[in-house]
Parts: sequence; C-alpha cells; structure tokens
Amino acid sequence: MPRPLFDKIWDAHVVRSLDALDVVYIDRHLIHEVTSPQAFDELAARGLELFRPSQILATADHNVPTLNQHLPIAEPLSRSQVDKLTENCQKYGIELYGLGHERQGIVHVIGPELGLTQPGLTMVCGDSHTSTHGAFGAVAFGIGTSQVAQVMASQCLLLSRPKRMRISVEGELRPGVTAKDLILYIIAQLGTGGATGHFVEYAGSAVRSLSMEGRMTVCNMSIEMGARGGLIAPDATTFAYVAGRPFAPQGAAWDDAVAYWQTLYSDEDAVFDTEFTYDAAAITPMITYGTNPGMGIAITGHVPNEVPAAEAESFDKSLKYMGFERGESLLGKQIDYVFIGSCTNSRIEDLRAVAAYVAGKQKAEHVAAFIVPGSKQVEQQAIAEGIDKIFAAAGFELREPGCSACLAMNEDKIPAGAYCVATSNRNFEGRQGPGSRTLLASPLVAAITAVQGRIVDITQYLN
Amino acid sequence: MEKFQTLRTSGVPLPLENIDTDQIIPARFLKATTREGFGTNLFCDWRYNADGSPKPEFVLNDPRYQGQILVAGKNFGCGSSREHAAWALYDAGFRAVISSYFADIFRGNALNTGLLPLQMSDEVLARLLAAIEADPTLELVVDLPAQTLAVPAWGETFSFAIDPYKKECLINGYDDIDFLVNQKSAIAAFEKQRAWTW
Ligand code: SF4
Repeated sequence: MPRPLFDKIWDAHVVRSLDALDVVYIDRHLIHEVTSPQAFDELAARGLELFRPSQILATADHNVPTLNQHLPIAEPLSRSQVDKLTENCQKYGIELYGLGHERQGIVHVIGPELGLTQPGLTMVCGDSHTSTHGAFGAVAFGIGTSQVAQVMASQCLLLSRPKRMRISVEGELRPGVTAKDLILYIIAQLGTGGATGHFVEYAGSAVRSLSMEGRMTVCNMSIEMGARGGLIAPDATTFAYVAGRPFAPQGAAWDDAVAYWQTLYSDEDAVFDTEFTYDAAAITPMITYGTNPGMGIAITGHVPNEVPAAEAESFDKSLKYMGFERGESLLGKQIDYVFIGSCTNSRIEDLRAVAAYVAGKQKAEHVAAFIVPGSKQVEQQAIAEGIDKIFAAAGFELREPGCSACLAMNEDKIPAGAYCVATSNRNFEGRQGPGSRTLLASPLVAAITAVQGRIVDITQYLN
Repeated sequence: MEKFQTLRTSGVPLPLENIDTDQIIPARFLKATTREGFGTNLFCDWRYNADGSPKPEFVLNDPRYQGQILVAGKNFGCGSSREHAAWALYDAGFRAVISSYFADIFRGNALNTGLLPLQMSDEVLARLLAAIEADPTLELVVDLPAQTLAVPAWGETFSFAIDPYKKECLINGYDDIDFLVNQKSAIAAFEKQRAWTW
C-alpha cells in the first residue's frame, strides 16, 4: 500500500498497538531547563529509573541571559532553574551542553547543527517548536512535561496517529521572498487552528529548492497553524548538510544510513487526509499585524476590513492591543525594536542575510536592533566570518545565544507599547514582555526595517 | 493524578477565540521547578494591572462566576507546549474546559493533568456562553463515564468524544507512565530489531 512519508517513519517506530493508540519509540529526546524539572521530580517520586540516558541531550536556552554568560546568572529564579538542570543531568548521566559550553544553544538549533537530527528518526522535546527537526525528514514534535517524564521512563509515548496533510508550494519564490515569508503566507491562509490534528508534509519545487536552514524555518512554524509537526522528505541537500557533523554516521554506517534515507519519501499514490497547493509566485514579503501568527499580510497589504462575526470580538481586541485599525496599511509605521533571533531564524544563514544587507549601512537612530545567535557555534562562525564587525559598524548589537526576546523569560524584554519587528515565531500578547507589540517577519525584512526605522515595501530597498 | 468521574458546577465564560498558552500562563512565570502554585498567575496579564491590582472587567475577578468549568472560544490552548497552562487552570480550581476546538498539545496536557477538555459544537458553545452570561449560576453536569454534558435548566444533554483509554485513565486516576513502564521488555526487544542504529 502506498504510504505518506510520515507513515513510513511512524510505522517503523510502533512497538505495539492497542485500539486507537500506538506505543511509539522515540529515538532522540532533547531537554531544557524550563520543562524538565517537574519531569525529573516525577521519576524520583515514583522511584523510576531513567531508561535510556544516552538518548537524551540537554541544553540551557530558554531562561539564560544573553549578556555576560561567563558570569553566574544574576536572576535567582533563572539561576536555580539552570542549576537544577545541571544537577539532574549529573545525577542521571545525561550529556549537557550548558551555559559556557561550546555547543550550547537553542535546542532546535543545536540538534541539526551537531548532526543529531537525522532523517527517519523520531524526536521529541518539551517544546512546541520541536517540529523544526522535521526539515530533515524526521518525525519530530513537542510534548508536555508529563510526556517528558514518560519518555525518560520508557523511551516511548502512547499516541494516536495524527491525520496527514500535504502542503505543496510550486514554482519559484520572487526576489526578497524567503522561507519565512513562505510559511507566514501558508499560516495566513490556514489560520492558527487550520492544521490541528494533522502532521504536515511540505512538498513542491519551491520547498525542495530551499536550503536546510530555510526548510527548518518552514517546519519550525508548523505548530503555529496547530499542526502536530511538519516534515520534508530528505534529499541530496539534506544528506550534504548532515555529512561530517559530530553525531552523523561515519564510514560504512554513513552509506547504510543514506541508503535507508533514500527510501524516505511519500509514495506516488499515497493518500493524504488534506492537501493544499500554493503558487510560489503569489507569495510576497510578509508581516503580521495581530496577536497570532495567522494574522499575516503582504507587507504592502492592508489589515483586513471584514471578519466573520464569530471572530470579531477577538479580532478587534487584537487590533486594539496592537494599536492598528481595520483596513489600514502598515507602511510607514515607526518601529522601536528589531529582534533577530529564535529557533525560527537565528542560524548562520540568517545572520549572513542580515549582514549582507546592513553592510555599510546604519540602523535608524531611534531603533534598538539586537541579534541573538541560535548557538555558540553560530556566534563563533559569525565572528570567524567578520559578520560581528559588520553588525557593530551598523549599530546592531550581537548578543550571546539563547531564546531571549522570543519569549522574554530573561531580561530581554520589549517595553509595553513598543513595536518590535521580530524574526521569531509568535506575536501573542505579551510574548516579548507585558504590553509588547510584535510584528513577525523574515530576517531580511527585519534588517531593512532596522535601517529604515519604519515599515517599508522592502522590494524597493533590496541591494 | 486525581480521579475524575462526575462534576456538578457552573461555568466561567471567556468568549475569545485562539486563547494561547502564553495568555493562560505567561512565560515569565515558568521559572518554578515544581508543579504547584501556577494558579495565582493564571491569565495574569488579563487579570491584573501592572501594579498587581485586579482588573474588575476580567471574568475571573467577577464574583458572580465561581464555577469549575472554563467555557472558552474556539481553538483553546494553541501555542506553546507548556503543561504549566493545564497546571495553572487546575491549580486555580478548574476541572474542565469547554470549547469548540482544542489545540492538540493542550488537549494531551490537560488529560495528563486531570483536567477534562470537553469539545462541543460551535453552536452549543455559543448557546452555553450566552446562557452563562445571562445566568452565572447556570448548572452544568459532566458525567465522564457516560460521556455527557447536561444542562438541567434546558432539559438537554450533549455527548462528547474522548479516547477510551484516556477516559479509563481519568476515571481511575492512572496515567501513561504506569502503562509504559510495564512495556519495558517489549520496548527493549523492539530496540534490538530496529533497522537503524546510527
Ligand atoms: S527560541 Fe522561542 S520558540 Fe524557539 S525554543 Fe526558544 S522560546 Fe521556544
């Protein structure tokens, strides 16, 4: 029977089935300081062993400062949470790339970068953006803390098989249109709940032509339309990216792995529960105007005038929070902050794109622009390439790795009422600090906005 | 996890769509390393002013609403995977949430916390919201074994869907860990035969 890619991977991981639920084996488990402490407590309270410690990798990212990481964390609660992770990892023998480690970084940036993320694997993390790893053709998804404890105790989860959706984007993206615009466009079409209950496969020539970094950006935001996860069939681009990384298979094992990975695609006649096809040429640079990632428009477009009656209350509440009106254009709106970072867009390719634009330019005086690399390795690479100097000359501040203003658990908060163009994935009320107003966009849009100081039709400003 | 069988209470209406887990419990409160105490900060930024004083217009500050069921707009619990959102609702005294659509991870987290996600049609949800706003004491009766939500004042009963295994777990207060740990020998055997070892 022809199967979608998702089913090939899922089926290969079913230990046993009971009625509607499968016991699904998990190959890799990533943990971080925020959603793991209660899971470790759960194990301890039940007197359970950690089943497969070598299949867990830990890092500190959500709650860490992005300045002076060599000093002890000043904020006591953050420090205690990070200390707790260190303690637990020592106690259970888990590899930890903590603060100060050369491999530390945002969990979804370091997995791929270290070659830990590979085609055909099942991967979980107590974080909804675990879908990022699907870019490699892995079944990767976020879980809650109770499930973190389950995986720790058994290396398995009890799950119902999600429905399968395929989203194809065919054709060529226009100049200035990036992977981020592509996914913001899709989410704007489907809405925040549009893929609930589904696992999404992204396909089509526009998706295949994306770099691994671009594919990660796309898969990362799958959860923003409610999907359990997103994935892309692995191909030569994938194999070339994984090859030679620290955890990648070597020698004969590499050949075996590639031979297996080449079987990972949706069969020609595979049936999907839901299918959508979009034309790449219809996608323009995007920006969000509201308080969920589905509220996105072409940067030159207008905030919708009409919405269904049932949504009106939420819609107007959202616009009021953002200080925007129905039907208006965002062009010309002054911006206070530009944040380039998060697991969506903080990889070296993102930093290069920003640097390529801002080289020889200056940020607008009234804008505070900061860049938070996704990992220590990205930071080191940026320094090695001299990108740090370009940022400094342009007035952009390059910080140390972490989640930072993506969720503002640390000090990196946007003040109430201020507008921030961010390359992250969520524009929820207060996401970047109480009262903060977030406009999601690509790194290129963020860079141009920082220089212009206001929202512009970026296609007029491309280098 | 506490057992859940029946619940007779009133509802607290929150008729907004796409309520995300950042609103249910903002990230800055996720620094705790235990499960308890999140209820105080439930819906913090909607519930309190910056100086900590309560916003009188927010429903949780309205003394007329004392029930244990949150009745919320479509696509409840979207966004982050933080189970803290379910813990905060539970800690604040809620035992069920009614909506016409739940985000997947939230639904799972709620079930693992002992909080029942109760999905109704858009139409029933709209009727419930209107009726509760008109009469904050309107009685709602949840019968988990029978999978029903009754509104005695209307003389109507609505059934809801739940995975049969999850239903048993809630009724008995069991969770997946117990089940999975008992599968360890099958899991170890599976590990030996799987094709990929790199
Ligand atoms: S960068 Fe943001 S979205 Fe990504 S893992 Fe960190 S907090 Fe979550």
